[in-house]
Amino acid sequence: MRVLAAMSGGVDSAVAAARAVAAGHEVTGVHLALARNPQTYRTGARGCCTLEDSRDARRAADVIGIPFYVWDMADRFHEDVVDDFVAEYAAGRTPNPCLRCNEKIKFAAVLDRAVALGFDAVVTGHHARLGADGLLRRSVDLAKDQSYVLAVLTREQLDRSIFPLGDSTKAQVRAEAAERGLAVADKPDSHDICFIADGDTRGFLAGRLGEAPGDVVDASTGAVVGSHSGAYAYTVGQRRGLHLDRPAPDGRPRYVLSITPKTNTVTVGPAEALEVSDVHALRPVWTGGARPDAPVECEVQLRAHGDVVPATVALDGDRLHAELRRPVRGVAAGQAVVAYRPDPAGDVVLGSATITG
Amino acid sequence: MLDEALEAYVATAREVGNASSLHAAGRRARRRVEESRERVAAVLGARPSEVIFTGGGTESDNLAVKGIFWARRGARPDRRRVVSSAVEHHAVLDAVDWLAQHEGAEVGWLAVDAVGRLDPETLRAELAAHADQVAVVTAMWANNEVGTVQPVAELAAVAAAHGVPFHTDAIQAVGQVPVDFGASGVAALTVTGHKLGGPTGVGALLLARDVPATPLLHGGGQERDIRSGTLDTAGIVAFAVAVETAVKGQQEYAARVAALRDDLIERVRQAVPEVIYNGDPTDRLPGNAHFSFPGCEGDALLLLLDAQGIACSTGSACSAGVAQPSHVLLAMGADDDRARSSLRFTLGHTSTQADVDALIAALPAAVDRARRAAALRTPR
Repeated sequence: MRVLAAMSGGVDSAVAAARAVAAGHEVTGVHLALARNPQTYRTGARGCCTLEDSRDARRAADVIGIPFYVWDMADRFHEDVVDDFVAEYAAGRTPNPCLRCNEKIKFAAVLDRAVALGFDAVVTGHHARLGADGLLRRSVDLAKDQSYVLAVLTREQLDRSIFPLGDSTKAQVRAEAAERGLAVADKPDSHDICFIADGDTRGFLAGRLGEAPGDVVDASTGAVVGSHSGAYAYTVGQRRGLHLDRPAPDGRPRYVLSITPKTNTVTVGPAEALEVSDVHALRPVWTGGARPDAPVECEVQLRAHGDVVPATVALDGDRLHAELRRPVRGVAAGQAVVAYRPDPAGDVVLGSATITG
Repeated sequence: MLDEALEAYVATAREVGNASSLHAAGRRARRRVEESRERVAAVLGARPSEVIFTGGGTESDNLAVKGIFWARRGARPDRRRVVSSAVEHHAVLDAVDWLAQHEGAEVGWLAVDAVGRLDPETLRAELAAHADQVAVVTAMWANNEVGTVQPVAELAAVAAAHGVPFHTDAIQAVGQVPVDFGASGVAALTVTGHKLGGPTGVGALLLARDVPATPLLHGGGQERDIRSGTLDTAGIVAFAVAVETAVKGQQEYAARVAALRDDLIERVRQAVPEVIYNGDPTDRLPGNAHFSFPGCEGDALLLLLDAQGIACSTGSACSAGVAQPSHVLLAMGADDDRARSSLRFTLGHTSTQADVDALIAALPAAVDRARRAAALRTPR
């Protein structure tokens, strides 16, 4: 097949491209330039959109021996990921930009362009398994598993995707990179959000949304117990950084229970008030077989690297409802609920949807 | 590198000797350098003493623009205007910009017409208004992107009439079109090795004796005290061989390549009727064909043609490798889309009819696909 390897400049995508070549595909490497001015985003060696990364990707492509190009996706990325990220926080939700980037950029804008240019599929270095059965499964390396941020992909998108790393651990990938002479073998993993240079999400949002002082309110008494400089900076389940003036009557720690943009209010309460047993979500995608008519017994994950809990999942039109077997704390609107079917060959992604509450 | 240049390089590199030394080995190296200087001078219509060897085209351009500016402003502080065209190579463009930002230079940017040609009347008007303040005029002999050859002798005459030194970047021109330093009347001329079959990293600035230039590099005082640094004897010898070979073979080369190029243009127009042919249709480099493909992105076309073994170029890329719209096409009045839809095909010594045939065979399908890819960019 003619395949396009998205190369971030990191070790995973480099090895994925090399494996695609070894598998007999005709591979072209592409680095996505996601910032018009690369300096505006991350400036260390651990992000995904710097000059160093572009150079590292090019070096890897040269070593692998494949053509390499840089595609300018800055406008699309800004619109679909960065602006969306800011708007979601402004609306009191907690977005996952990596998931959004997969949904809108890597497996949409890039894939569409690749297909138009005559490519059959896109290869990435995501840690997830996608076998001949077309089912998306967790990586063998559970610590690195990225099936959660890929669960948003539709059948059509998965059919044009290749994830060569799902059967390997990160350590194996690094060892293979070294064997193949790829200089990125020891490059540190990327963390956090690639377009927030210093990792200061609150500062990033404040710069775009401005200071918006408001009240922190106790859920049970309705009393104002503190103030904040922007409700958008808070996430459900958050405990640190609340700076409450008054301790709770019972002296126990309080957590963010909800964010209300309309009144610019952050509501706090005790940990048990965070517990959720019913999760409602929108826009379901179902790729683990035919879309079910009846409720499905499965497991759900409610945030990246979050706990997995048994649940009953039911679809109804544009809605998904998950009834959890045991309550979970810190379920935030804007995150994805991903349903998995336990499987010894790697838990299978059944579907996903965006949590509304 | 040309075989004869490479052989000369290897033979010279085996010899020991610093051309600045007085011992026998040094004298031998010096002789090689001076013979090379004479060879370059002879085929380019210069005197040997007008040849200053440098580390390549970018250095020569910087030396001419900054060096002449500094020297003439030093002699008269109110003379701090630099005049240049909007279609120069970045080696000139960025040097001029740097002078404006760091040395208080004023810049007179001269507009070009729709084919990228600089009208001597434009320069005449600029100098009529500002000649007293102008330190240096710089305009390329031939454009590296769209291939347009400038009326250099006329431009140089206008500058000379106002007593202003005229520098020309002739990197693209030497070996492609007739270039005679003396006859052209320019004060300074840039030439470099790798564009004409010589080594990379060796070039020269031809600089008339009466034109002052402040050095960029200070040190041992080599090259008329204008360009210090131990001479790269082997590189210089190979460079001279390449310049001589290219200039002596220019006419025959140009005739052969221009015929191929004209065939390419004709057939590209037939294959893609809506194509826009950029640059001057007659006064242009023999191996240059430059097109805009409406509805396509140049970098998508490049990818598709590259996959078919056809090498071509878009404008230029930023440091991260993102394709940028060409400043040359923008200066010629093209909008952003047309600039981004452009592609240059360059024919050279090794080009054959079969290469042209292969391009024509691959082009229609590539344009089709590139169009479909570009259509995805329309707002959703």
